[in-house]
Amino acid sequence: MFRVTRDAIDLQELVDFVTDPEAGAIVTFIGTTRNNNEGRRVIALDYEAYPEMAEKELTRLGEEAKKRWNIQRMAIVHRIGPVQITEPSVMIAVSAAHRADAFEACRFAIEEIKRSVPIWKKELFEGGEVWIGTQSGQPLNVNCSSSSSRSNSSTD
Amino acid sequence: MKVKIKFFAMLRERAGAGEITKEIREGMTVGELWRVLRRDYPRLAPVEMRLLYAVNQDYVAADYVLKEQDEVVFVPPVSGG
Repeated sequence: MFRVTRDAIDLQELVDFVTDPEAGAIVTFIGTTRNNNEGRRVIALDYEAYPEMAEKELTRLGEEAKKRWNIQRMAIVHRIGPVQITEPSVMIAVSAAHRADAFEACRFAIEEIKRSVPIWKKELFEGGEVWIGTQSGQPLNVNCSSSSSRSNSSTD
Repeated sequence: MKVKIKFFAMLRERAGAGEITKEIREGMTVGELWRVLRRDYPRLAPVEMRLLYAVNQDYVAADYVLKEQDEVVFVPPVSGG
């Protein structure tokens, strides 16, 4: 299950999807929206995706995880549109025979999402808004002089 | 020949459009198309960040030669998660 959605994400749906009789572990990750980033008071995040390619890239990274670790199943659902403070923006579930593989594959999945999947977040903060990007360079549309030039995600 | 171009995130805001169709010459690369767009859309010109190129939902190199009806996306720094 590799999906981008405008709806709230249901963790149980992911867990049910990866449940497998040969699995001895299910690891889950939930990325939630933090109320601060780089000294800014964050009000909400607004996610945008290139949906067809995002789902293709999520599928690709799932296949890569299966090559690298002995895992049974993986599910990733990423939310787009506005996400309020404390709300989840992404959920990952991985099942494996043994926990080490599940933990490592889950970590790999979230790092790959942040590195290569075409999804972007705009941070709405007190005093302005800014597109967040970690590949390189400066975020554009900085409407507030207090913004810094680089930033990590508000959901780390 | 024509290609379809989709803009996302800060590039969508700067271009003022989510999707356009553009007539281009045969043999144009995706990197060359970006330089053309920066002239067409002055607000894209200041974009100095490192962009990735995607054609038909796959990442490609700057020297990818475009084909009729390709769907082209210039991928600004991603920030999912």
